[in-house]
Amino acid sequence: MELVSPGIGLILWTLITFILVLFLLKKFAWGPIMDALTKRESFIEDSIKAAENAKKEMANLKAENDRLLEEAKVERDRIIKEANVAAKQIVEEANAEASKEAQKRVEEARIAINIEKQAALAEVKTQVANLSVQIAEKLMRHQLSNDAAQKALVQDYISELKVN
Amino acid sequence: MKTIEKEISFPKQFKIRVFALLMLLVFAGQASAAEGEGDHGFSAGDMILHHIADAHEWHFFDGHYGTLFLPVIIYSGDRGVEVFSSSRFYDDHHELVPYNGYVLDHGHIARIDGTAITDLSITKNVAAMFLSAFLMLIIFISIANRYKKKTMGAPKGIQSFLEPVIMFVRDEIAIPNIGPKYARFLPFLLTLFFFIWINNLLGLLPGAANVTGNISVTLVLALLVFILTVFNGTKTYWGHIFNTPGVPWWLKTVLPIMPIVEFIGIFTKPFSLMVRLFANITAGHIIILSLFSLIFIFESVAIGPVSVAFATFMYFLELFVALLQAYIFTLLAAMYFGGAVEEHHHDEHHVDPKVEQAQI
Repeated sequence: MELVSPGIGLILWTLITFILVLFLLKKFAWGPIMDALTKRESFIEDSIKAAENAKKEMANLKAENDRLLEEAKVERDRIIKEANVAAKQIVEEANAEASKEAQKRVEEARIAINIEKQAALAEVKTQVANLSVQIAEKLMRHQLSNDAAQKALVQDYISELKVN
Repeated sequence: MKTIEKEISFPKQFKIRVFALLMLLVFAGQASAAEGEGDHGFSAGDMILHHIADAHEWHFFDGHYGTLFLPVIIYSGDRGVEVFSSSRFYDDHHELVPYNGYVLDHGHIARIDGTAITDLSITKNVAAMFLSAFLMLIIFISIANRYKKKTMGAPKGIQSFLEPVIMFVRDEIAIPNIGPKYARFLPFLLTLFFFIWINNLLGLLPGAANVTGNISVTLVLALLVFILTVFNGTKTYWGHIFNTPGVPWWLKTVLPIMPIVEFIGIFTKPFSLMVRLFANITAGHIIILSLFSLIFIFESVAIGPVSVAFATFMYFLELFVALLQAYIFTLLAAMYFGGAVEEHHHDEHHVDPKVEQAQI
């Protein structure tokens, strides 16, 4: 049947045409097109990767900032705490100093009082001695008159002394 | 009336006039024995076969300028190469006449004395193929230049239409079926796909040649697939054929059915490619032509709208088939290449059932 019997002429021309088209297109079309498509694909891929990297970097930067902020906060807290401690210490020291000073004053006062007391006592002793001497002198003077009078006089002086 | 006027608008009218001429040609050669009388009989079979067959002239419409006479190139042992126009076979009344010892009989040139000749003429199919090849070169080289100039630019115009198709051939046909060695076959597959597609589409134009519906053309395409498959076959590929894994030993030695079946398979695969494309495209043309023939068979204008309605539907179907057949041919070629270059062993069959179904 004619329909399914191939003709040599058409076979030859098809072969020539197809192979010619194949080689021309391979050289001038498919090569450049495929190159361009691959280039574009890799460009797009690179861009996406770059964008992703930028995003990651941003995240890193943010994390770094957060970390720094956190550190600053901790530092601040620490400083405040230290300051508080120092202040307290100073106050305590001052208190201690003050109380020490006060104690010292009290001590000094006590010493002064003691000294005064000693002095007063010494004076009292001197007075007593003087009085004793005066009494003894008066007694000595009365002894010479009579015994009863002497006794009454002593009694008198003694009562006088009690009043003092 | 309106509808009839509408349907005999330019392309249809054109077609009908072609038919009218063909009718004249046909009944001249017909013995009109079937009709039993000397009536103007119309043989749809003859008309259709004439229409889908190759020719030495390209007939567009009736009249003096309606036919493009193509060059005839003949080689014969005793007379060497002879080149002349096919118009020499026609006289002033468009009747066939012998020329220089040659006659044109039913589209075939023969020597009157019966000497064997080789007909290498630029026939209608060859001319149409040149045209489509030229179109392909213009389209793809021009878009390639744009790719070169603006590699990173967004595709524009026809480039944006073809880029997804090119990507489809690469990403959906070549890479999944061939694997890492796809780049070697990609130019061939792309050329094959677009060659078949463009020729299928051009073949649908009224008055155009039926290039991909010609067995010689599909034979060459299948032959190239066959050659590329065989010459790229790896050890694994030939091992699969002559020492098929997973087959009992006695089926390979005592009763060598498997090697024989596999060996025949090397040839039947491209043969099926050849027949599938040829048959699908030719069948489409025959259906459309048959629908138009109904008008002439019934000799009634009333049948016209019906024929046109069906033919329009068929045209849309054929537009789809044009792409589908290009896809199937390329896909199967890619699968055969994939089988040929495969390195590692696969025990299962290469063709998956989905594609097997598509082959039908």
